[in-house]
Amino acid sequence: MEFVAIILGGVLINNFVFSRFLGICPFLGVSQKVETAMGMSMAVIFVMTVASAITWPVYHLLLDPLGIEYLRTVAFILVIASLVQFVEIVMQKVSPTLYQALGIYLPLITTNCAVLGAAILNVQAEYTFIQAVVNGLAAAVGWALAIVLFAGIRERLDLADVPRPLQGFPIALITTGLMSISFFGFQGLFKQLFVR
Amino acid sequence: MKDFYNGILPENPVFRLLLGMCPVLAVTTAVANGFWMGMAVIFVLTCSNVIISAVRPFIPRQIRIPCFIVVIATFVTIVDLVMHAFLPGMYEILGIFIPLIVVNCIILARAEAFASRNPVPRAAADGLGMGVGFTVALVVIAAVRELLGTGNLVVAGRALFGAGLPIDPALVMILPPGAFITMGILLGALNLVGKKKE
Repeated sequence: MEFVAIILGGVLINNFVFSRFLGICPFLGVSQKVETAMGMSMAVIFVMTVASAITWPVYHLLLDPLGIEYLRTVAFILVIASLVQFVEIVMQKVSPTLYQALGIYLPLITTNCAVLGAAILNVQAEYTFIQAVVNGLAAAVGWALAIVLFAGIRERLDLADVPRPLQGFPIALITTGLMSISFFGFQGLFKQLFVR
Repeated sequence: MKDFYNGILPENPVFRLLLGMCPVLAVTTAVANGFWMGMAVIFVLTCSNVIISAVRPFIPRQIRIPCFIVVIATFVTIVDLVMHAFLPGMYEILGIFIPLIVVNCIILARAEAFASRNPVPRAAADGLGMGVGFTVALVVIAAVRELLGTGNLVVAGRALFGAGLPIDPALVMILPPGAFITMGILLGALNLVGKKKE
C-alpha cells in the first residue's frame, strides 16, 4: 500500500512538472515533437531511477556517517554528472541503436533539475533504499507522462490560429497551466484512497 | 556598465532568454519569496562568474563543465548554510529550490557563454546584471500572482493595501497553474509591447 501511495503520488498527484515545478527547462525545450519527447522521457526515466539508487548510499553510507551532510549538493551533482557520462559511454559500447536514439538527450539531463530534485527529495523524505528507487522511478514516469501529453498538444497547437504575441512559448506556458489545473483533479483520488 | 545593463533588459534571463524557469515558477507565490530567491541567485551568479573568470586560463577545455559545476555547487552550499542559519523561515519556504540553484541553467549558461571568455571585472558586471534582471523578473511575476491570488501585497512584512483590495482573490493564481498562466500572459504582453516599438 505504501508503494502504491508513492507511485500514485509521484506520477499523478505531486507530478514533477505540474505541481513541483521540476524539470521545466527540458519540458519546454524538447516537447516540439512526440517522438523526441519519448526519447527524452526514456533517458530521464533511466537516469533518474539509477541516480536515486546511487545517491541513497552516497548520502546514507558516506556523507551521513562522516557528518558532512552539508556537502550533499556538491556530492550529488558530481555523482549525477559522472553517472550521465558513464551511461553515455556504456550505452555507446553496448547498444549503439539505443545510443543513437537517446544519445543527444543524455548530456542535457545533467542540468535537468528533476534528477537532482528527486535525489534531494528522497533524502528529505527519509525514504529507505527501495522507497527511494521507487520514488525516483515514479517521479520520472510522471515527468515522462507530462512531457509526452504536452508534446501531443503542442503538435496540434502548431496548426491552431494563435494570436501573434502569444505564439511559441507564451501559449505553451498557458497550455501547461491548463494541464496543471486538470492534474489537480487527482488530489481527490488520493483522499478517497488513503485518508478515509 | 554595458555588461551590467545587458542582463536587466536587453537579455533579461527570464523574459528574453527563458532560462531557469523552475524557480521562477515555483517560488513566485509571494513577493518576499521571489526577492530572497533573487538575492540567492545574485550572490551565486556573481561569485561563480568571478571565480570562473579568474581561473579560466588553468581549466582544460574538455573538463570545463564539471569544473564550473563544482565552483557553482560550492557557492550554492554557502547560500544554503547561510540562509538556514539567518533566514530559517524563508529557507523552509524556498526549500528544495535553494540547493537546486546548482542546476539552474542561467548560472551554467553565463559561466560557459560569458565568464569563461571574459576578464574578471566584466564577468562580475555580467553576473550582477543577470542576477538583478532575474530578481526583477521574479518580483514582477510574484507581485502579479500575490495581488490576484490574495488581494494584497506584503512588502517587508507590511500589507500595502491595508485590508486588501475589493476583489475576490483567485486562489488559483498562487497555486501551480497560476504560475504557468501568469508567465505565459506576461510573455505575451511583452511580445506585444516589443512589436509596437518596432
